[in-house]
Amino acid sequence: MGVVAQAGAALPPPSGVLAQQSAEMPSIQYAAVAPLMIVLGAACIGVLVEAFVPAGRRWPVQVGISLLAVLLAGVFLGLHAQEINTGATTLAETLAVGPATLFLWGTLLVLSFGALLLIADRSIEPGGAFVAETNSVSEGRPPAGTPVDAPGAASAAVMDRAAGAVGMRTEVFPLTLFSLGGMMVFCAANDLLTMFVALEVLSLPLYLLCGLARRRRLLSQEAAVKYFLLGAFASAFFLYGLALLYGYAGSVQLSEIAAATAGSLRSDTLLFAGLGLVVVGLLFKGSVGPFHLWTPDVYHGAPTSVTGFMAACTKVAAFGGLLRLLHVAFEASSWEWHWVLWTVAVLSMVIGVVLGLTQQDIKRMIAYSSIAHAGFLMVGSITLTDRGLAATLFYLLAYGFTTLAVFGVVSLVRTSEGEATDLSDWAGLAKRSPLVAGVFTFLLLALAGIPATSGFMGKFAVFSAAFSAGMAPLVVIALLASALAAYLYIRVIVLMFFNDPDPNGPTVSVPGAFTTAAVTLGVVMTLLLGVVPMLALDWASVGGFVS
Amino acid sequence: MTPTHYLLLSALLFTIGTVGVLVRRNAIVLFMCVELMLNAVNLSLVTFARIEGSINGQVMAFFVMVVAAAEVVVGLAIIMSVFRTRRSVSVDDANLLKY
Repeated sequence: MGVVAQAGAALPPPSGVLAQQSAEMPSIQYAAVAPLMIVLGAACIGVLVEAFVPAGRRWPVQVGISLLAVLLAGVFLGLHAQEINTGATTLAETLAVGPATLFLWGTLLVLSFGALLLIADRSIEPGGAFVAETNSVSEGRPPAGTPVDAPGAASAAVMDRAAGAVGMRTEVFPLTLFSLGGMMVFCAANDLLTMFVALEVLSLPLYLLCGLARRRRLLSQEAAVKYFLLGAFASAFFLYGLALLYGYAGSVQLSEIAAATAGSLRSDTLLFAGLGLVVVGLLFKGSVGPFHLWTPDVYHGAPTSVTGFMAACTKVAAFGGLLRLLHVAFEASSWEWHWVLWTVAVLSMVIGVVLGLTQQDIKRMIAYSSIAHAGFLMVGSITLTDRGLAATLFYLLAYGFTTLAVFGVVSLVRTSEGEATDLSDWAGLAKRSPLVAGVFTFLLLALAGIPATSGFMGKFAVFSAAFSAGMAPLVVIALLASALAAYLYIRVIVLMFFNDPDPNGPTVSVPGAFTTAAVTLGVVMTLLLGVVPMLALDWASVGGFVS
Repeated sequence: MTPTHYLLLSALLFTIGTVGVLVRRNAIVLFMCVELMLNAVNLSLVTFARIEGSINGQVMAFFVMVVAAAEVVVGLAIIMSVFRTRRSVSVDDANLLKY
């Protein structure tokens, strides 16, 4: 944050005299940014821990620091929520913290707490789901020509033995915290440049996290390369959009772009090209519609706990940024771009549901389901009403908990070669472990949007808000898509309950305390938000974004 | 040359970068094309700053450079780790994740 703050000070006012700008420290409203500073500060401490604490003791220290930091940030958020709810811009107007941003921050902190619990688990995979500490042995070993290219099993087992299967790389904790910090800045950024920097701060650690799986190294690395190349490609689009909008409005401040859309002398080409490119960058991050291509591969290849973190938190951050951008900067021009995002929402729902039906791998199926959910979220995002905003925020929270718990459960079903993610392995799971199958069924029903789950309340809130905003045709399409999507989930439920288990099939691991806690958190919140949604809906409706 | 020409040049460079990402096979070359896109944006930013008569755009170009440098660090690390296991950086060889 220091960098952003200083540069904010160095930026002269847009009226712009070139010379003799004395750099003055911007005033910082510490109460507003305390959660952010705690998370990023803890990430920096985590890096120091990597450097100075002996390898054997790093894991407990890192887990302690990161969980404590997220808790502490949550406490600060709660303490100051009342006074910041009126809205505050700080750090030379680069960050704007208001009610909606606080809700997003709260969501991100709770979800990442759950994700950190999943990441920290060492009971399911001995030593943890990430590459081992003494990794140099295995990294150096494959000579050219040996069949290390076999996906997963054999080579991974060889590598595991070579690595001695001791503890895991504890860099994952500071990386997760940096990513979380970037996500928080992303939802609060008041200008496009801060948003771009935050986008990179949240993405770069994720690229690395994707490549750190202990098992199935090749799949994991392939996922990392794909995510990285496509992610860098998408952020280049975002950046070009930023440049065009700067040319249009003479500033990248969201409020000044909004002012310029009301009446600028520049050509509208700059505005719409810029808006389009920026939105493409954001839709990519949110894995929406036609920009989803990375999603199934990366969800499949990444370690399952990281997939949980990505699925829950990145979606919140991306949609938080998108909502903020549309509400603050482009509300005035909405009737010109509205229909484009309508199309995107429809495409996303259709792609998610139809391709999801063809999947044979549980992680890929959930990935396509997340694309369909991104379509539902788009429906709420483009209403541009306060009610639509509150509904979308609620949906994000509800979906985050459910998907986190889903990936927690997915990591439990294993064969000797690691996680059994193929759908055929899940046949007859209910006979092996009724509890896990029951929990998973509940979560899938929540994803499908069955009443008494948070998924239903989220969909109901979003669709009714969209309906009252005059988007009836889109709501009808969304209802059809969610009906079709229900088949996606019921297929898995039928497979688990009404098929006979393969005698050589996977076993269900008994989860350790961490995973149990994370899954319980997700399941309880899914139920709670389904039964008493007002708990969160009231908070989400407090107010909108400030600028 | 008027500033518009620089904007056109920048758009051209950006397009070359985009097409490069879409058609090339080597991960390193792909990555260089992304860098070309980022630098095309830098040219745009500086040109717009010149048109505006303000320095904001130039400062933004510095931010882009710093971010691009960070991206290089992460990107090359990932590509290196893939090269070590596969002995290839062709993105066509990475085909384990598919339907």
